[in-house]
Amino acid sequence: MASVSVPADGRTGGLLRRPTATTGLWSWVTTVDHKKIGVLYGVTAFLFFIVGGTEALLIRLQLAQPEQGLLSPSVYNEIFTMHGITMVFLVVMPLSAAFINYLVPLMIGARDVAFPRLNAFSYWAFLFAGIFIYSSWFLGGAPNGGWFGYAPNAVLDPTRGMTFYAIGLLIAGVASTVSAINIAVTILNMRAPGMTLFRMPVFVWMSLVVQFLLAFSLPIITVALFQLLFDKRFGTHFFDSVAGGDPVLWQHLFWLFGHPEVYILILPAMGIVSEILPTFARKPLFGYQFVVFSGIAIGFIGFGVWVHHMYAVGLGPIANTAFGISTIIIAVPTGVKIFNWLGTMWKGDLTFPTPMLFAVGFVAMFVIGGLSGVTHSVVPSDYQQTDTYYIVAHFHYVLFGGAIFGLFAGLYYWWPKVFGRMLNDTLGKVSFWLMLIGFNLTFGPMHVLGLQGMPRRIQTYPEELGLAFWNLVSTVGAFLIALSVLVFLVNVAITRRKPRVAQADPWDARTLEWLTSSPPPEHNFDEIPTVHALDEAWHRKYVETEPGRVVPVPAGGSGTEAPHAGEHSIHMPSPSYFPLVASVGILLLGYGIIFGWLLAAAGAVVLLAGVYGWALEPSAE
Amino acid sequence: MQEQVGIHVYESEHEATSTGLPNTKLAMWLFLASDVLLFGALITSYVVYRGRSVVGPYPNDVFDIPYTSVSSFVLLASSLTMVLALAAIQRGDLGRMRLWLLATALLGMTFVGGQVYEFTTFYEEGLSLTTNVFGTTFYVLTGFHGAHVTIGILMLLTLFTLSFGGKVGQKDAMSVELVGLYWHFVDIVWIVIFTVVYLIPTGP
Amino acid sequence: MEPADTVQATEHEVRTTTPHRGRWARHPSPKEYIRIAIVLALVTAAEVAVYYIEGVADFLIPLLFLFAVIKFSLVAMWFMHLRFDSRTYARFFVLGIAGAVTLYIAVLLMFRTFAT
Repeated sequence: MASVSVPADGRTGGLLRRPTATTGLWSWVTTVDHKKIGVLYGVTAFLFFIVGGTEALLIRLQLAQPEQGLLSPSVYNEIFTMHGITMVFLVVMPLSAAFINYLVPLMIGARDVAFPRLNAFSYWAFLFAGIFIYSSWFLGGAPNGGWFGYAPNAVLDPTRGMTFYAIGLLIAGVASTVSAINIAVTILNMRAPGMTLFRMPVFVWMSLVVQFLLAFSLPIITVALFQLLFDKRFGTHFFDSVAGGDPVLWQHLFWLFGHPEVYILILPAMGIVSEILPTFARKPLFGYQFVVFSGIAIGFIGFGVWVHHMYAVGLGPIANTAFGISTIIIAVPTGVKIFNWLGTMWKGDLTFPTPMLFAVGFVAMFVIGGLSGVTHSVVPSDYQQTDTYYIVAHFHYVLFGGAIFGLFAGLYYWWPKVFGRMLNDTLGKVSFWLMLIGFNLTFGPMHVLGLQGMPRRIQTYPEELGLAFWNLVSTVGAFLIALSVLVFLVNVAITRRKPRVAQADPWDARTLEWLTSSPPPEHNFDEIPTVHALDEAWHRKYVETEPGRVVPVPAGGSGTEAPHAGEHSIHMPSPSYFPLVASVGILLLGYGIIFGWLLAAAGAVVLLAGVYGWALEPSAE
Repeated sequence: MQEQVGIHVYESEHEATSTGLPNTKLAMWLFLASDVLLFGALITSYVVYRGRSVVGPYPNDVFDIPYTSVSSFVLLASSLTMVLALAAIQRGDLGRMRLWLLATALLGMTFVGGQVYEFTTFYEEGLSLTTNVFGTTFYVLTGFHGAHVTIGILMLLTLFTLSFGGKVGQKDAMSVELVGLYWHFVDIVWIVIFTVVYLIPTGP
Repeated sequence: MEPADTVQATEHEVRTTTPHRGRWARHPSPKEYIRIAIVLALVTAAEVAVYYIEGVADFLIPLLFLFAVIKFSLVAMWFMHLRFDSRTYARFFVLGIAGAVTLYIAVLLMFRTFAT
């Protein structure tokens, strides 16, 4: 059995001893293992999901009846702003990152990512960004200008909230940018022998597209956030119309990022669903190449539609028309994926355990959200819809009904691989139906409310508008969602107590991660598999005797790869403190920008120490 | 120095990776591509606001083209010394590499020093970060560039220092190459800034 | 680790089997780099010169752009070695540049920057 070498007694620069723990709390703090980092992302993201969900419940409570005062207008602004920031940056992105981190190396037959310490840094920086943003509640007020932070409101707001917003998102942006480079290089460079790009699972392809979207869109919002920060902190005039500035510049720079961002939010979930549907249809994904190419197309075109968030700004008919056309065009590759997913299920040997329910739910809910999206692309129609609850309905259908459903599907599907235990399927189904019903009750009526004229971002509404009934229905639905999440948490809790006996491949699936044990060993594969085809794992188990007739390979089983008695030891990258140290430096720097240059200087010193320590320490000892 | 044409240098381009390319170099190029978008946004902000300042000083009031061209020459020269440093380490000449790395760092520091002097002068002439949108966009754009140069200087001096401890040898030509790519990129950005900000004529 | 003969290699080029564009893994010599640098200096001098010359005022902006593109390309292709390296690097870089140019020109158009 190949042995994994763990560093014995390395010293770092003569000062700190290199960490060596592989179990226990300290091993989580110093880990550079993509699987542990994936779990860290997942747990942290889920905690933020509960927080963001609580904010949503507060919003729904406030709006359940007309003219309520449960939340004052200024508190309401903070709550809906934080709900948006949380769900976008602290839930969906890191939850996607959890899957990408955990699965991509396994799916391509690698032992880890290209830059393991950088990977750890991305996690810590994300965690600190979240802590930083949330600390604002106690340090002068939370962000209150919407997750989109429009100028001049964001600049002129007298509280510290939007300063926390700017700095917090800058920190999160650094985390995501370096992660994008890391994962892109991993996918391009660390594939197992025989795994050409077109033998990669769709999830890996979608992840690759997402990394490019991140790498090219984050710099744009970085500039915008610096400009906002400077306007607030130093009195610059980027968005100051009196001095000749223009708040519309903020909108352009924000949405140049913001639109690719929504594809960053949905593509990983689409990748997840593209893995799950074939497994439970017991058929290969229909039109693999079309699904891949449409993902790439969505990535490209996604950069060319941002002005559809700005139709009502007054940019003129040429701009509006051009972007209306590009927005209509982007529906095409999206539709291609839908049809390919349907084609995958058509005449499949279908079963519907919980992951499949969520995956099918994704397809259905995403179609609804996509259809409302198409109605927004038409400029005159959007003039009626924009800034109303119709838009809120749209993006929740694609982001909740889409991304969240897809991510839940992934949770149920890969839970046994990660934790060695299957989640209870009955509880899973209960949770699914509660969530499906609750979700549709919450957001379905918002289409109606929007068309009836209910504006967005209002703390209350008058009785006379007749909006009360559907608002109440929506609130009830929200609590059903909460209940479904509670059922999920109960499921997690009772599953933890079960023995860790999950098989390597409980779903009889198609991709390489199912060849490893559940959970996989630290080094992933005793021997890196050689890949001969798409769905390599499936082909090792089954052979087609005649077209359509699939027969198990006699000598193979859906079990772990037989460990080879290789005497070579596998050197894994060693744990390290420095990613954490560098992140702490950035956090202090962030606070220092608000609270004083001395703190900022301290942060810079810690950051430099972290970076130098990291650079001088060998990646493996 | 003897002419050495087409020498077989230490080749690192056949790594055991799927593309045959080294992870670090691939990562650096992706990073540089992403940095293009960063500077693009800053330059765009500058250009959008050109001519929109409500009060002076205006660009023509403060720009000293001859002075800034000297700065530009300095930065271009530093790109030369950088690539000479790389050529040196690739043929195993540690001593020359140190010389050229130091020269690059010194030229970089001269550039930054020149910028500091230039900005001080502008400030004395009444142009601050908050005077008008020209000051805002100009200082932030050139400030970001200067920060990039400063980080580059730090990396150069680090490589220079490490080379004395026996920690940088011919096999570490990759580190020099990576720093070099970053450095040349920063030079390229200046080429664009010099043209767009200083040379392209502007009204009040 | 390195064979000693690489340091003393002489004028002839050495063929390698690296994944470089099917050509030899040639690197420019220091003399070539210096030549490039001289061209860069000359172009810069030309840029400054046309800034002052009244006669070319009508072509000033296109000329300045041309000069900038020339300098940019020389640094990218020679100093950054893109001319001799795997096309992948150039593709990444060009992707970023093409993307930036497209997006930002669109923004400038929407701000009526080029309107007269």
